[in-house]
Amino acid sequence: MPEPDPTAIVVSRLVKSYAGVIAVNDISFSVARGEILGLLGPNGAGKSTTMRILTGYLPATSGNVNVCGFAVTTQPDEVKRRVGYMPENNPLPDDMRVSEYLYFRGRLKEVQRRKLGSRIDEVLELCDLKRIRHKIIGRLSKGYRQRVGIAEAILAEPPVIIMDEPTIGLDPHQILIVRDLIASLRGRMTVIISSHILPEIEVTCDRVLIINQGRIVAQGTPADLRREILGQTTYALEYAGDPSRLPALLSAFEPSLHVSTQGEPDGSGFRAVTLTTGRDDDLGETLLRTLLAENLRVRSLSRAQPTLEDVFLAATRRSWDVVDKK
Amino acid sequence: MKHFWTIFSHEIRMLLVSPGTYVAAVFFLATMGFMFTGILEAYSHAPQDASPAIMFFKYFWFPVIFMVPLLTMRCLAEERRLGTIETLLTTPVTTPEVVLGKYGAAYGLYLALWGATGGFFLILKNFAGNSSRLLDPGPLAGGYVFVAVSGLLFIAIGVLASALARNQAVAGFLCFFMLSGLIWGDNFLARDATLLNREALHPIKAAVDYAWIFRHYEDFTRGVVDARQVIFYITGTVLALIFSILSVEAKQLQG
Repeated sequence: MPEPDPTAIVVSRLVKSYAGVIAVNDISFSVARGEILGLLGPNGAGKSTTMRILTGYLPATSGNVNVCGFAVTTQPDEVKRRVGYMPENNPLPDDMRVSEYLYFRGRLKEVQRRKLGSRIDEVLELCDLKRIRHKIIGRLSKGYRQRVGIAEAILAEPPVIIMDEPTIGLDPHQILIVRDLIASLRGRMTVIISSHILPEIEVTCDRVLIINQGRIVAQGTPADLRREILGQTTYALEYAGDPSRLPALLSAFEPSLHVSTQGEPDGSGFRAVTLTTGRDDDLGETLLRTLLAENLRVRSLSRAQPTLEDVFLAATRRSWDVVDKK
Repeated sequence: MKHFWTIFSHEIRMLLVSPGTYVAAVFFLATMGFMFTGILEAYSHAPQDASPAIMFFKYFWFPVIFMVPLLTMRCLAEERRLGTIETLLTTPVTTPEVVLGKYGAAYGLYLALWGATGGFFLILKNFAGNSSRLLDPGPLAGGYVFVAVSGLLFIAIGVLASALARNQAVAGFLCFFMLSGLIWGDNFLARDATLLNREALHPIKAAVDYAWIFRHYEDFTRGVVDARQVIFYITGTVLALIFSILSVEAKQLQG
């Protein structure tokens, strides 16, 4: 038996323009089966347009999109059978009951009638919606509505799930629930989510794709992106001693290590400094020994973890610089 | 057309739980009931030339221009306003299936409401006995056939208005004006406009006469089923539905 293709989605040189405005500009990427990919980008970056093209809702101006081996342009029905989609703002009919809505969607998604009842029970259980299954959707809270949207997206057990801003407008508790729900799909389904909430992407996604101005400006795991975009490692040090000795000590220890910011001493004589280096390996332990050997009093030394937010800002700023230069 | 019945049955259910449907139904049956009572009153005062069925179906235009917009204005405009058209079209459903499913449901309800007016004639039969003067089956059957055939086009125009508009109120008004133009505008041009009598405008005059819906009503209630008239309604319906499908797809391309 042939091995299934390990790639679920292949996007190649995708371009979409509306009335002369280029929304997606020659982007290419692929997503492996079972992977969770996060799309990150400012408003109008082209995330939603890319997702709509992947679902077969919007035609591309040029380029190729393959989902589970089917081309979106020539076999849109096959693609739609394999994609569960939750659009931005999660539009739902207000005058239907939750179970009624899921039944209707299940029939449209060609779930067999005899299996549909048990499958609806499963997704209601998975999304913790059993208690509200007979409620009218229009009367549900935002959190429940989002969960109904996710339940609908996974109802037909498609191999690919695409969710546009699934946690927008939710409170932190609801975000946690939705995040766990998405994480529970890891390995079973290929998931693409877009979000503005960077910690959420960082926690949920295996890989991140940063889009700005319709172009991919960075892609990789959050750790790769930190290394690639920021290109340096930062340490936070609190010490007491002669500040004029520190730069020389640091360059003797590691030539690329230098003081980037230095604070004033506090009441106990300790001052906080930020050190940066181009080296990626952890210098913490040896640096601490060196400082102590030189009779500096060290209260704390830690490697600062730049957030994905720093990476995102640096990546989008870099892409703006490229645009400005042009 | 695998998903037609799924959408059709869903739409019927949605129409049955929508308050707008009941407003339309009550308004329609009350109005037609009053008209029917008025016709019978006229009969009780003096003998009339035409049977009650002919008089009754003469007022077909009134429920058409008010009820059809109420039945159809939601179908596509509301989906677009809510954004649910996007989730609908990202399932393995085609645009023609969506449009035809919604059209079929609205037409089914339209027929059901007109069918309910059959109760008026049943009541009349109970009280009038077997008087063929009051219950002439020819015009009665012809009237209902006219309603069913012309309804194909009227409902398709309502669906087209809903496909063109983003807001259901706009769709309702658009449908009202399109139907009024077709029924009353054409009636005016065919009957009263002397301008079209000029020789150069004869092709237009012929087209206006061909689409003269009051003439069609008269023929049907006299028991004359002219194939050209049936073709007029069927081709009109097909065109309106094709334009509805194209409109939904064009708006989809705009994103």
